[in-house]
Amino acid sequence: MTDITAGGVSPPIRRVEFETAESKARLRRRYRSEARFKAYGIAALVVAAAFLFALLSSIVMRGIPGFFQHYLVADVLVDAAKIDPEGKGDAATLRAGDYTAVARAALAEAIPGVEGRQLKRELNGLLSSGAGDALREMVVADPSLVGQRVKAPLLLADEADVFLKTSGTKIRVISDTRGIATPSATTGEISILVGANDFADDVALVKAELKALADSIDETIARRKARGATVESLADLEREATELRRRHAAAATSERLDAKTASRLVAINGGLVKVKEMTPTLVKGEVIIPLKSTADAAPGTWEIRVYETPESNRNLNDRGLAFLEELKAKGLVESQFNFAFFTRGDSREAELAGIQGALVGSILTLLVTIGLCLPIGVLAAIYLEEFAPKNRITELIEININNLAAVPSIVFGLLGLAVFLNFFGMPRSAPLVGGLVLALLVLPTIIIASRAALKSVPPSIREAALGVGASKQQAVFHHVLPLAMPGIMTGTIIGMAHALGETAPLLMIGMIAFIVDVPSSLTQAATVLPVQIFLWSDLPEPAFKMKTAAAIIVLLAVLFLMNGLAIWLRKKFERRW
Amino acid sequence: MDMRPDPLIMMTTQAQAPTTTPTKVAAKNVNVYYGAKHALKDVSVDIPEKSVTAFIGPSGCGKSTFLRCINRMNDTVASCRVEGLIQIDGKDIYDPALDPVQLRARVGMVFQKPNPFPKSIYDNVAYGPRIHGLSKSKVELDQIVESSLRKASLWEEVKDRLNDSGTGLSGGQQQRLCIARTIAINPEIILMDEPCSALDPIATARIEELMEELRHNFTMIIVTHSMQQAARVSQRTAFFHLGILVETGSTSDIFTNPTDKRTQDYITGRFG
Amino acid sequence: MAGWYALVVVALMLAGFALARGRAQSVAGGNYAGMHSLPSYHGLYTASLAFIPALITFLVGSQIAGYLATQSAISALPNDIQSDILRQGAALREAVNIVRGGPVGAASAEVQSAAANYSSALSAGQWITLALGALAGLAGLSWGLSRVSMNFRARNAFEKLVHALLWICATIAVLTTVGIVFSVVGETYRFFFDPAIKGKPTVFEFLFGTEWNPQAAMRADQGDIQTAYGFLPLLTGTLLITVIAIAVAGPLGLFSAIYLAEYASPRVRSVAKPVLEILAGIPTVVLGFFAALTVAPYIRGWGETFGLNVASESALAAGVVMGMMIIPFISSLSDDVINAVPQSLRDGSYAMGATKSETIRQVVLPAALPGIVSAFMLAISRAIGETMIVVMAAGLAANLTFNPLDAVTTITVQIKTILVGDQEFDSAKTLAAFALGFVLFFVTLVLNFIALKVVQKYREQYD
Repeated sequence: MTDITAGGVSPPIRRVEFETAESKARLRRRYRSEARFKAYGIAALVVAAAFLFALLSSIVMRGIPGFFQHYLVADVLVDAAKIDPEGKGDAATLRAGDYTAVARAALAEAIPGVEGRQLKRELNGLLSSGAGDALREMVVADPSLVGQRVKAPLLLADEADVFLKTSGTKIRVISDTRGIATPSATTGEISILVGANDFADDVALVKAELKALADSIDETIARRKARGATVESLADLEREATELRRRHAAAATSERLDAKTASRLVAINGGLVKVKEMTPTLVKGEVIIPLKSTADAAPGTWEIRVYETPESNRNLNDRGLAFLEELKAKGLVESQFNFAFFTRGDSREAELAGIQGALVGSILTLLVTIGLCLPIGVLAAIYLEEFAPKNRITELIEININNLAAVPSIVFGLLGLAVFLNFFGMPRSAPLVGGLVLALLVLPTIIIASRAALKSVPPSIREAALGVGASKQQAVFHHVLPLAMPGIMTGTIIGMAHALGETAPLLMIGMIAFIVDVPSSLTQAATVLPVQIFLWSDLPEPAFKMKTAAAIIVLLAVLFLMNGLAIWLRKKFERRW
Repeated sequence: MDMRPDPLIMMTTQAQAPTTTPTKVAAKNVNVYYGAKHALKDVSVDIPEKSVTAFIGPSGCGKSTFLRCINRMNDTVASCRVEGLIQIDGKDIYDPALDPVQLRARVGMVFQKPNPFPKSIYDNVAYGPRIHGLSKSKVELDQIVESSLRKASLWEEVKDRLNDSGTGLSGGQQQRLCIARTIAINPEIILMDEPCSALDPIATARIEELMEELRHNFTMIIVTHSMQQAARVSQRTAFFHLGILVETGSTSDIFTNPTDKRTQDYITGRFG
Repeated sequence: MAGWYALVVVALMLAGFALARGRAQSVAGGNYAGMHSLPSYHGLYTASLAFIPALITFLVGSQIAGYLATQSAISALPNDIQSDILRQGAALREAVNIVRGGPVGAASAEVQSAAANYSSALSAGQWITLALGALAGLAGLSWGLSRVSMNFRARNAFEKLVHALLWICATIAVLTTVGIVFSVVGETYRFFFDPAIKGKPTVFEFLFGTEWNPQAAMRADQGDIQTAYGFLPLLTGTLLITVIAIAVAGPLGLFSAIYLAEYASPRVRSVAKPVLEILAGIPTVVLGFFAALTVAPYIRGWGETFGLNVASESALAAGVVMGMMIIPFISSLSDDVINAVPQSLRDGSYAMGATKSETIRQVVLPAALPGIVSAFMLAISRAIGETMIVVMAAGLAANLTFNPLDAVTTITVQIKTILVGDQEFDSAKTLAAFALGFVLFFVTLVLNFIALKVVQKYREQYD
């Protein structure tokens, strides 16, 4: 008690002031900093939520179109000569019939009179190579259809499908034409003479486009120069820009159209002509859809159609686009839910690719995983929680499990490759090996969850069982384990969800092969859903990007279901001791 | 220490003082609810300045709850609701315009379990002056830390290791560090919530000495389980039972001549 | 074959159980109380005695049968193929494929005969194994039956077996670690020191080389590209992406955790926690797709408006998305440690007149610091080991750069690139992937180990 007098210091006795201006300012400052700090927390959560929203909405927006597919729904003549020329009528013959030819015949009926190999190929290219598949199923199911006309959906190729889904090209229609147009022929290369200068505006527009193109090339050159590109490597570009500028500056009223500028077509007398060269009053071009006659077309009865996106920037060229527009105008194109997405294996053709193979592969793999890691995980947890003596070996096992839970998944892939494939000689790409690797990967998760569940069962239950003369094992297996089961199941489902989304280790053991067939055994080559997503995401076709996103939606839906189930289990069996 | 006078004799000598000292804290009809539970019922009491007031009573009687109302620590409990009037120097502390942060700078608190911050001894004591901006310079801060540690009679023990962690001290030292931390900002009132219940008898004795020392400068309110402690350190005593303030008066009166039967039963050890 | 075997083993077990139980019942003669163990325990014990030798015979026998079948297949191959390890391996694979009915090219006559040899030797070996297994099982069964008596402690004996099974299950985690170490260390050793491997680097060249190019030029027109195994560009690439990821996830995760633990009402928590859990549950392949198709073009476009040259596979895009992946990881671990800080410390600070943020910054966070540091270490370990996001969004270009707008490559990307597709186990390139795997395993192991120790210590401090 002598500290006060013994001390040599006499500090200022200051109370905390509240009334002075200085203290008020200080308090305001402290509260501002308080508000700021709180705002950081809210902002962090908002950013995380915004990211999740951006992720999900971007996936959903990309993926929804992937669940639908466009079909040409036409009256198809099931031509006996193509399907069953000998009239056998048995299922094998019907199955082997040439349905592609039938589908093409239906398409030719829809747009009659198309001439020339090139044009016909473009037209047939609108149909998928599997266009007749749906028809085949219909005919096999009902052989009486042979020789009949039937309304059947014919699958369109992915370029046409993507074009319809994205409406990638703006089409401008000029229908208030002022002059009388006179075509020179109904097919082939023709010219159309117009009584007024209906094309004057378009010639000017093309010139403007040429200038814009030249400008953008100049910009590219400047950017590359800034990055240190050599002059020689830019020579081609510079030549191109010079040529474009020359065409822009030329006084000539005639202008050629090429793939780099917007395409122009003339719809006249029921036909369609792609313009290759034009002056204000005369166009020359190629007939895509034959004209009905060479009669003069009155002003306003013919029109100019401008496809704004240059041909070179599209997946579908002018001819295909023209045919597709014609089919659409006739009301023959329909979008339908693509059930085949769930019933087909992988394919090189985007419109035919499905996820059934990957789904079955995932199911087989997960069966192996759960079959291994549920019993092993639970038994290991029981040992560690109920029976393990407190010694160095037990401690080593525990440290091991915790560390293993944080080892990168790709390292488990290396283990699978070196040990299972190379050392034990197990088959590559097989669900068996995939399941083994994933089982080792999620084993720590399941052990940790199971231990937590066992720990939450109060000791009184064990004591009660032991008290009536049960052995330790009887107490655990008859009383503790059943009570811990909901917790163990919850942990297992979450572990399985983790395994279902895992990709990297499966790449290591070769589950990345292109596999068309749906796997039917544990040792057959297979792939799984996340790997399928990875494979598709690497392909350049836009249709595959949609399929990728659609497959992701399926994967996420399954994962949400699994997690929902886990939450439901937890809620339902939650018990407070 | 061992030369202490008999507590009862001390009380009789001190009993006259409170009648003249002005009231520091006044409570009128205070009710506290935790959710649906009515924890404190119609408590009214006046607490005099510059003296030690002890709250006694069996566990769960509401004495700690009432103590935590005085510096609005109950605000941190979401389900807690306080009704009635509590005034310090005649001002309502539950006035919405009043800031609990300001209030707590005037009403310090020492807890049941020593809770030094996981910082150095120096930083523990300097914490309050720093956040309230009490020192103008490092030298002043050093002085405040030293004098606070001296007042808490801890200086001699720790002056050579001010940069060691506060959590490394013994329990009694930790509690004195918490007291030093509290008095570093010179509060007007110090609330002590069973400050010695986690300490051994020797450490308890030191804290009690310290209270006696501090009561000349601070208004002190102490919650205690130990009737002996209440008798030793306090001038006034309030007896709580089942959320009701049964009786309040000078410590000597309460212990020698209680008016209420429940008080009598409690101090004679019939229950509690 | 495995099906047959399973059938035999199950039949033996059922028979063992039924016989032993029946025998125990007749021995007891209704006096179960006088018997040490219940009849079903005698049954279980005998069934296990039948099961264990049968299983061991099968595991050993099928390995031997496979080995003998391979030897017999090799003997059918001509001498020049036998002497060349590579061709021998290829011929064997082909023969095994023929037997298994896998994809088969036009097989030569030698391979056909090897396949025939393999098939006949394998089936002979498997049938012999089956017979031996059945015999061993019967032997176990009859021994079990002979031990049934009033005083035999069948329950204790059976429980000892169960205990052993539990122990084996618990050690599988250890075996996994041993397997990982075995696979990466062995191949890494060969990568550096096996004289038969051509074009391998020295340890010094590997650790400090600045050029990584495991694929040498295969055609003359590809120029004079030499293989190089300099690890530095991979290290800097990995670190660059990790730093970006932590720079994104660190503040966001920590502040989310602080808000959820200290400020949020139960209602906000009940919304925010599932959002973070959903984010944590999104497979990385999905995040990689998002990074490559949405974030990378966005960052590129954003860079161009500021006149910056952004690579289409920039480290920034991969890093940012990886950061998003790690946010829930950091926030849930930090949430736990912040909640573990005792309320008494907060009360002490509030009682001094501190505001909530002062209390958090000056009392709660310093108290939780060890836990938060280890959360960050675990997060770093996870970022280093993450594969799919970087495979899909970062490139293959091994640039030695710290510019986040450039393309970089990482350890995991290189492992994946080298090991996907056909590989021989005797090329430096394949072994290099295992050396990278070794580095990855070692680094993450050290980080995890320290982090877990720190967390453990921290828990003890406040328990």
